[in-house]
Amino acid sequence: MTTTDVVKTIDARGKPCPGPLMALIGEIRRAGIGSALEVWSNDSGSRIDIPAWIEKARHELISVTDMDGYTSFVVRKAR
Amino acid sequence: MPARVVILGGGVGGTLAANLIDKQLGRDADVTVVDPTGMHLYQPGFLYAALGQANGRWLSRDERLLLRPRVSLAVEAATMIDPSARTVQLEHGGTLDYDYLVLATGARLVPDEIPGLREGAHDFYSLAGALRLREALRDFRGGRIRVGVAGIPYKCPPAPVEFVLLLEQELRKRGIRDRSTITLMSPLNRAFTIESASKLVQPIMDRRGIELATFFNVESVDPAAGTVSSLEGEKTEYDLLILVPPHRGQAVIDASGLGDSGGWVPTDPATLQHRDHAGIFAIGDATDLPISKSGSTAHFQAPVVAGRIKSLVHGTAPKESYGGRVMCFLETGGGKTTVLRFDDEHPPAPPAPSRHWHAAKWMFNRLYWHTLPQGRIPERMGRPKRR
Repeated sequence: MTTTDVVKTIDARGKPCPGPLMALIGEIRRAGIGSALEVWSNDSGSRIDIPAWIEKARHELISVTDMDGYTSFVVRKAR
Repeated sequence: MPARVVILGGGVGGTLAANLIDKQLGRDADVTVVDPTGMHLYQPGFLYAALGQANGRWLSRDERLLLRPRVSLAVEAATMIDPSARTVQLEHGGTLDYDYLVLATGARLVPDEIPGLREGAHDFYSLAGALRLREALRDFRGGRIRVGVAGIPYKCPPAPVEFVLLLEQELRKRGIRDRSTITLMSPLNRAFTIESASKLVQPIMDRRGIELATFFNVESVDPAAGTVSSLEGEKTEYDLLILVPPHRGQAVIDASGLGDSGGWVPTDPATLQHRDHAGIFAIGDATDLPISKSGSTAHFQAPVVAGRIKSLVHGTAPKESYGGRVMCFLETGGGKTTVLRFDDEHPPAPPAPSRHWHAAKWMFNRLYWHTLPQGRIPERMGRPKRR
């Protein structure tokens, strides 16, 4: 996975939980199957609710990376 | 020459801002409110209308009667804003020039974004929708009721939870509770966006036998089959489906290139000024701020915008700042209500539902028309509890 695969980066920093997850759900509705989205969040709740939703919705969590003051989640729309 | 202040939208935020600006600036400002209907709606009452506890007349008033006499009202839609020329074009061909513009345009419902929703689902997010739902509930004799959310963000986040709790009580009163199931389909992994409130209401839902389906973001409705499907890949049957329709910002925001992809206005969280245009402010549901879209948000933002415009007109440095303050009542049934009060520094700490807060909510419902739009609610009301 390289950053060039990411079709859209959602900067949800500053949005309190569940804002980052909701932003991801909103974008994934519009994304094509197989495309990858990246979400940036600095809310600690995202570490729980984003992976939990991805599992429930049967998409693919590619990576969770700690960045400088926020976390990056890369998700592939699987279906 | 007086400053020309144009306010788009005659809801809670627009009406209060207009009255406060007129009160504070007097002859230093000419204030015009532009509203497509000229009718002011008390939207928190839609839920009661749907449950047969309020009539439509109680929920609407002529906007003109709520505005101070010096404030002008144009009853027509704004179709285009030109921020460089500082003009607003109106649907019947007129143009308004402004020095300061307040976007209090609210949210619009876009049911057609979800296939089958318009034909297959009821809602209580418009007066017409609430009155139709009232008829459907009157004819309901038992079955599977599903209540869900078809898009985020939506107005009044506690409303679906409040609705299922009050509906459950209503079905019991009518003696058809044992022939019915009620399911709240939440887009999240809990009943409600605010975790502390979820922890409070979920045990109440459990006790009343209200089912909770989590991570159910509505994707489509099949009215012929009587099924609703989620983005997460689940499908469930219903006899009566009640959904919060998807929301977007108003068409004039999109048409003028002043919004984001959802039509929401990019708004500075402290000054409430448009992020790209000095002289344009936004309040209430119209903003892109990641806080509750509710009347109380608009209520607490309007004085900030009024104060900042007053300072700008007088050539002084604006001091007023919005700190994320919101207050929502959440009725839990059985004559009890809790309250969510919070701001950027104070997370919500809802008290146990009580008759005290229930009385406060009903007093607010009754007094709304005579207090809030006119700026007669004391500033301290709704302030989060300091801990």
